[in-house]
Amino acid sequence: MITRLRPRDALIAVVLAIMAMVPVYSSLTGNYFLMSLFTRISILAIAAVSLNLIMGFGGMVSFGHAAYLGIGGYAVGILAKEGINSGLLQWPLALAASALFALAVGALSLRTRGVYFIMITLAFAQMIYYVAIGLDRYGGDDGMTIYRRSQFGLIDLSNKTAFYYLCLVLLLMVAYLIWRIVNSRFGMVIQGARSNDRRMRAIGYPTYRYKLVCFVIAGTLCGLAGVLLANHTDFINPAMMQWTRSGDLIVMAVLGGMGTVLGPVLGALALLLLEEALSGLTEYWQIIIGPLFLLVVLFARGGIDGLLVGMRHG
Amino acid sequence: MLYFIEQCLNGVQLGMLLFLLAAGLTLIFGIMDLVNLAHGSLYMIGAYFAATFAALTGSFVVGLVLALLATLVVGMALEVIAMRRLYGRDHLDHVLGTFGLILFFNELVRLLWGPAGMTLPLTTQMLTAVEVLPGVYYPLYRVVIIVSTLVVALLLYLLVMRTRLGMLIRAGASNREMVGALGINIKLLFTLVFGLGAALAGFAGMMQAPILTVQIGMGENILILAFVVIIIGGIGSIRGAFVAAIIVGLIDTVGRAFLPDLLRLFLSTNAASSAGPAISSMLIYMAMAAILVVRPEGLFPAAGR
Repeated sequence: MITRLRPRDALIAVVLAIMAMVPVYSSLTGNYFLMSLFTRISILAIAAVSLNLIMGFGGMVSFGHAAYLGIGGYAVGILAKEGINSGLLQWPLALAASALFALAVGALSLRTRGVYFIMITLAFAQMIYYVAIGLDRYGGDDGMTIYRRSQFGLIDLSNKTAFYYLCLVLLLMVAYLIWRIVNSRFGMVIQGARSNDRRMRAIGYPTYRYKLVCFVIAGTLCGLAGVLLANHTDFINPAMMQWTRSGDLIVMAVLGGMGTVLGPVLGALALLLLEEALSGLTEYWQIIIGPLFLLVVLFARGGIDGLLVGMRHG
Repeated sequence: MLYFIEQCLNGVQLGMLLFLLAAGLTLIFGIMDLVNLAHGSLYMIGAYFAATFAALTGSFVVGLVLALLATLVVGMALEVIAMRRLYGRDHLDHVLGTFGLILFFNELVRLLWGPAGMTLPLTTQMLTAVEVLPGVYYPLYRVVIIVSTLVVALLLYLLVMRTRLGMLIRAGASNREMVGALGINIKLLFTLVFGLGAALAGFAGMMQAPILTVQIGMGENILILAFVVIIIGGIGSIRGAFVAAIIVGLIDTVGRAFLPDLLRLFLSTNAASSAGPAISSMLIYMAMAAILVVRPEGLFPAAGR
């Protein structure tokens, strides 16, 4: 069979090439806002790609994925406030905290299915949100500034270009990891459990355990995005894990196409650029973007990816 | 002790409001199999309508009736324009579509009423405390909330269990296709049920409006509490929603009132006062987790689902 370059792969290749060139453009034109925007896109793309592992491949619709952004971010912020600035300490601890929370939430919510799962993940994320509001020492409702980014010796995260490339490389590494997971035996079990959980159990796979491990992996990777987000904004507040953020992540994954590893990157890019464009257009931009989500659901279920595939067939 | 009784009454009052929201959600889910995140928006719209109409007419009761009708109309219009197209789709589609609707409604309210929020002032008579039990005084308006929501709950029970419409609703919940095959206008039935749910949510918003500020996003936090109620009670069960709503209302209110004091017995004053609010806001979620361990389908799982 001749492998042709599919429109999707071509688009993703173009997007990644553009993303790699952004700092060059910024340093030439002095437009650093664009690089900041793309740093944000890369970070949220990591979160969306990790959500897609459980949602797109595992069929577990988590409406609480932003909680891990918050946990990762708060771990960095709290350690920085207590005087621990070493990234070699901050990052593993942040990832461990995210993994632990994912383990607890997953162990409880994976006992249920469907709508229960959606609502329970939302409820636990909301719990963490309220806990963050209750943390007076760490800014409570207002959040707090992080005065020093994570220290890594040679790599200086305060350098905007270096930080941008770090985020981009981590995004590619996370996507590669998920690609490997999805195509491994483990990933096959997860995808099998999505299409028919009972049958997978009948042929002897303890799907609960498989799904739980998958859920923890996704939570941990999203915790990484939280670590990056806190370092990017130099600020943490409860709003970074507000439930609307979880909704945004779902939108990114669906918009980009759920059955693909890199689709959510396109989704994150499309959503954030759209938000940016609309908010420049009118103060009431959400009045446009809200119905747009509804229209995507009704008429473009496969997301951008689906449109591209349709283009190939048509 | 008096303080404890007062807090319990507050808990019951919160529980009754949660029940109004949860009943609509669970009804809509049970019958149309629709996850409606925009339910909190209807709660918010009800409160805004009540504040506006009460200010226009100068009467709280007239404002309430007008607002109730207006919310009903908005709900039914929403069903005809948008929700109808989501039936039979994946739950993820419902979540996404209604999430979009929340953003739309929040922004629409900001556009129409401005970002400042509104208040719905009460007459001084309503604010005075009355003796509900010997020696226990409680604000009249909060008594009104508890009594009126109880009446609504009773009416809802009678509607669902004792009328022909209720019979159709229950039949629709157990087998939609069959009800349609028997010549019932299922589309109209769905529109009515959605309107009923919207009116219940709007009523909850209206009753809450004089106590809290009427503001954008007011429906979202209480919506998530209503989800917790439904998870504990069992999705699709109105009886479960009632019991769970009271439980959640009591745990949340009493926990917030007494947990910081309780912590002070074990921790230093300083630690207790900083950990108290964080831990007491976790209480209902921990209760939910505990109930899920024992009964993953909730306390009163709806049969056949």
